[in-house]
Amino acid sequence: MSGMSVQQMDVRKPLFRRWLGILFEVARLPSGMVGLFLVGAHLFFAIFSPWLAPYDYKALDSGLILGLPTAEHWLGTDHLGRDVLSRMMLGGREALLVCAMAIPITMIWGGLTGVYLGLRGGWADEVVMRLVDAFLALPGILPLMVFVAVLGNGNEVLTPTLAFFFGIPVIRVARAATHDVVARDFVLASRARGHSRLSIMRRELLPNVFDVLMVEGAMRLSWMLLTFSSLSFLGFGVSPPTPDWGQSISEARVYMSLAPWGVLGPMIALSTLIIGVNLTADALAKTLGIDRSKKAVV
Amino acid sequence: MSDTPIIDIQNLSVGFTGRAGTTLPVLRDVSLSLKRGECVGIVGESGSGKSTLALAAMGFLKGGLRKLEGRVCFDGEDMFARTRTELETIRGGKLGLIPQNSGQALTPTLRIGAQLIEALRLHCDLPDAEHEPRAIDLLGQVRLPDPEVIMRRFPHELSGGQQQRVAVAMALAGEPEALLLDEPTTGLDVTTQAHILELLRDLASERQVAMVFVSHDLGVIARTCSRVLVMYAGEVVLEGPSREVLRKPLHPYPHGLIASIPRLKDPCLPVALDGRPPSPGGGGPGCAFANRCALADDQCRTTAPSLVKTACGSLVRCFHHDQIGTLSNTISRREPAHHDSSGDDALLLHELAISYHRSGLFDRLFSGSESPPNTVDEITLSIAQGETLGLVGESGSGKSTILKAIAGLLKPATGQIKVAGGTPLPANVEGRRPEQLRRIQMIFQNPDESLNPRQTIAEILAQPLRLYYGLEGQALFDRSVELLDTVRLSAHYMDRLPSQLSGGEKQRVAVARAFAAEPEIVLCDEITSALDVSVQAAVLELLDDLKRNNDTTYIFVSHDLAVVRALSDRVAVLYQGRLCEFGPAENVYGSTSHPYTEVLLNAVLEPDPDEAPTLTAEDVVELSPPARGCPFQRRCPCKIGSQCDNDTPPWQEAEGGHMIRCHIPLSELDQK
Amino acid sequence: MIEMLLRRLVLGFVTVWLVSVIIFAGVELLPGDACTAVLERDAQGKVLETCREELGLNRPAIQRYFSWAAGAIQGDFGVSVDGITSISSQVGLRVKNSMLLAAGALSVGVPLSIFLGVIAGLWRDRFVDIVVSTTAIFAMTIPEFVSATILVLIFSIGLGWLPAVVLTPADAPALEFFPEFVPASIVLTLVMVAHIMRMVRSSVIEVMAGDYVQMATLKGVPYWRIVFRHALPSALLPAINVVALTVAWLLGGVVVVEVVFNYPGLGRMAIDAISDRDLPVIQALVMLVAAVYVGVNLLADLMTMFLNPRLRTLHMRSK
Repeated sequence: MSGMSVQQMDVRKPLFRRWLGILFEVARLPSGMVGLFLVGAHLFFAIFSPWLAPYDYKALDSGLILGLPTAEHWLGTDHLGRDVLSRMMLGGREALLVCAMAIPITMIWGGLTGVYLGLRGGWADEVVMRLVDAFLALPGILPLMVFVAVLGNGNEVLTPTLAFFFGIPVIRVARAATHDVVARDFVLASRARGHSRLSIMRRELLPNVFDVLMVEGAMRLSWMLLTFSSLSFLGFGVSPPTPDWGQSISEARVYMSLAPWGVLGPMIALSTLIIGVNLTADALAKTLGIDRSKKAVV
Repeated sequence: MSDTPIIDIQNLSVGFTGRAGTTLPVLRDVSLSLKRGECVGIVGESGSGKSTLALAAMGFLKGGLRKLEGRVCFDGEDMFARTRTELETIRGGKLGLIPQNSGQALTPTLRIGAQLIEALRLHCDLPDAEHEPRAIDLLGQVRLPDPEVIMRRFPHELSGGQQQRVAVAMALAGEPEALLLDEPTTGLDVTTQAHILELLRDLASERQVAMVFVSHDLGVIARTCSRVLVMYAGEVVLEGPSREVLRKPLHPYPHGLIASIPRLKDPCLPVALDGRPPSPGGGGPGCAFANRCALADDQCRTTAPSLVKTACGSLVRCFHHDQIGTLSNTISRREPAHHDSSGDDALLLHELAISYHRSGLFDRLFSGSESPPNTVDEITLSIAQGETLGLVGESGSGKSTILKAIAGLLKPATGQIKVAGGTPLPANVEGRRPEQLRRIQMIFQNPDESLNPRQTIAEILAQPLRLYYGLEGQALFDRSVELLDTVRLSAHYMDRLPSQLSGGEKQRVAVARAFAAEPEIVLCDEITSALDVSVQAAVLELLDDLKRNNDTTYIFVSHDLAVVRALSDRVAVLYQGRLCEFGPAENVYGSTSHPYTEVLLNAVLEPDPDEAPTLTAEDVVELSPPARGCPFQRRCPCKIGSQCDNDTPPWQEAEGGHMIRCHIPLSELDQK
Repeated sequence: MIEMLLRRLVLGFVTVWLVSVIIFAGVELLPGDACTAVLERDAQGKVLETCREELGLNRPAIQRYFSWAAGAIQGDFGVSVDGITSISSQVGLRVKNSMLLAAGALSVGVPLSIFLGVIAGLWRDRFVDIVVSTTAIFAMTIPEFVSATILVLIFSIGLGWLPAVVLTPADAPALEFFPEFVPASIVLTLVMVAHIMRMVRSSVIEVMAGDYVQMATLKGVPYWRIVFRHALPSALLPAINVVALTVAWLLGGVVVVEVVFNYPGLGRMAIDAISDRDLPVIQALVMLVAAVYVGVNLLADLMTMFLNPRLRTLHMRSK
């Protein structure tokens, strides 16, 4: 080697550097800044609220039903006399826990299935895609409600159910992204060299659809939080007395004309979380140059 | 009034704001003045700012760019000072543009007729009723057959050449006094290109239209322009009469550029121009070309030269233009490594036929029609060990298809591919053994497509090394560095991503990856067509070096006859997926050849103003080969009768294993 | 062209058939059936068996699937678990109400979203775009029950202009739902407009940055002529598919909004059926909505194909 000694360098460094750079780019966009801040704040409360909440979320105070905001109860009390602020601080934990577990599962099963089908093509692809079409035709939240109604509403039911149904549109997205890559010459070159399908998926395809999957995952997370809270709102989510925003809103709505503050708190908390995730996803998509809004809403 | 220049650009500088907030120039102090009826060429490689200059003449700058200094006048008035309405009147009216890719520049949802009539309505005083006949008349003037039919077509239903003609017709609708042509024939086949250029020349002389002709192709400029501006890194480095510039350029950059063009008449390798131009704002204080220049001294590196007038009236930006004579790199043109084609066969194609038509389930259910003729048919060719076989033909001739079949990426309909020793290769990659796969490697056209953008160079090179040799760790690393060294890249490239490399460097990595397998046969699929000429020469040189050292067999596919000439021992000419002719390169390029080869050779543009192409056949684009007879029957200028339509022509053997497939006897072919 | 149409139709039918299999299999696999639903969970032994016999639930699953599917094709989904109410007649009423809601949202939403999308796209990153796009993110992400609640807080409780919930019975004529269906329609419109608008915006931006728009500028075509004649026909084509998805969503997935406003549409019916474990009704509803989804998408694909000259000739050639 012409007398020059070259140390083996870390050849993967550029990829790590790339993601670090992307994070900075996201944080520099106005939407990314607001988004990351909101998400960060919600994570903070989700983790530390048990120590921060001023009252026990189940503690009833029958003397203070639908109480006005006071120095002791900043946001008043609910119809059972529980502290609204405490319940609000704790109300996102279940949603975040379930979604944080379900999203990785969603992306892995949906993403891998989609990438595999995109590479393989042929009859297997045809058959699975017809099934995917059929599942996508099922009306929104209904299948989830049926599952919960029959199997119960524990996290062990909600997490896999959400992950399964949310994974189906991901198959489609991952497959379409893979099709864009499969047609390119570097995949052709890899096939011509005789690499196995698994190796092509791992080395050529996944690194190139990863961006799309990241954006998709961030976006799916915001829809999943929305779906989770809708389920709660309809009474198919968390069981009482565990605090949850969707459920709190549903309960407090009844007394809205008497105690509007009871409904405002959880509404703001829930909306800021979903908006935060969504803004972050938007900024990420912008940074990576992936047009998110063109994807159909499914 | 005829004294005032029609287009007058004075000291124009254009730039954009870079990431760090500094202004980076794309054009620096460029002046261009054009008299009525004059035709000026602007040449330069990609990124030299030539298109930006042409569009600036219309008062238009692409998004992000802004004018820093200078004046752009059309007909005596500043284009950047005009109102929107005034600009709308001039653009497409007195000042027309013919874009590079008309397929994308025509609105896809509007019929050709509607778009032409719109142009007439906006820029012409005719009453409404006469718009349609006038539009048809214009389509006739650009020599499109069946103008009435074309009027009703959508842009995507036309071929590339037809789209380009429509763009010309549309520019003529406004009765322009000046036309800007931005790479108007890039991407077209040679025959189509030659036809379009003739059309433009005729129009220019008939109508006395001034033209600014932007191209990277010196042949195109030589054919059309009387005066040439050579641009480099946003500056004009040389301006003068085209004969002077093309024959005896007084600047080292065009000097090197011209030497790097492969010539039809010269079977030698072109001379590479090493290095690359600085990125906008990236150059030092001196001459932008200094780091690639053999004449550069300290003065060049510290002081920027200005344009000076030479004795013969040219303008040149070089301190040492009087020493250009000492740069005689025509001598250093070297012969490529030639190989005796009588050795053992490395590869044998026997009666190979490939069809893209695959009847799906629905086709079988709903239509019982017979399948169309094969895309590629009756290919029988042998390639000797160590030989370079050139495969030429226009787009759609099936050259790349054949390579893909050899690589196992396409399953042939019939026929066999045999390797040394006569063992037939399994049709698909999946069926081949790793050892069989290793022996045949492929290099692709565009390195941007063939290198995974998410892998570092080290990872890219590691793929074949791990697969075929099981190398890991330090051994893998050392071998990768060694490979980079053979393609003249340093080890520092190992942790870069392809996007951090220039086009030529990327293609070198692709070459290194192919040679990592230590292959016996390398398939080169248009591997230089995405590169600038000067870079192309370097890649050709590299291929030649590798062949000398490894005794590799190449199959070299290209649409560029001169490039094929520079490298090949033998050449095969394809039309519509069928062989017309094959044999030793000097014979195929010689006087006796197939009518189609003749048509192709005649249409090639040499970078010499005194060479004119001869146009014989029509530039019709055929979508599928005829079912019977000679594949070239519909375009052949020397068709002799019904036997061409009905009977498959016989192979005739000329001297030296030179085979021609034609009904016309060899003696008559020789006379043409 | 005709072959393409046939192909799409066949695929559509395959999808609907698969949906029916999925629904049927899903209901089979989940614990419990129509009888356990009527007879409470602890029903056992004799009673349960007689009930199963009466409803024919003791036959093999395949047989039941075919008799159910045969009925479904003819529009007969059997009777509800209470054993009396005909599902088809019930569903018919609700379909009308859901369509009323959807029509309200679509008639305002589609033109508005396209208008806003075009405006935002043309003035990208300017003030109008920032306002419209930011609002869209809010409208899209805030849960429907939150925006509904805000509407009720402001317009019903605060100002007293609109009713908070719908009290009109399900079988009332369409006119009687006015103005009660307005708030529900507004909530749906908000979400819908946000989605379509964002899609139109990015499509407009992409087309306006395209080569042929730049070329039109350099041909001296006036700006607004470029927008309307050259750019919008291409830019609005993808909107057809998004509108189709929205239509399917409006008819099928608006459970939350219907519950919030107590609106007697398909969504409310579905959630009531789930609470009652009324499996035949759930099957019928899901089937219906899936069929609408497939149908509307098919229609959108055909429309796009018909309107896009490139696709049109592509398919004609591929014949």
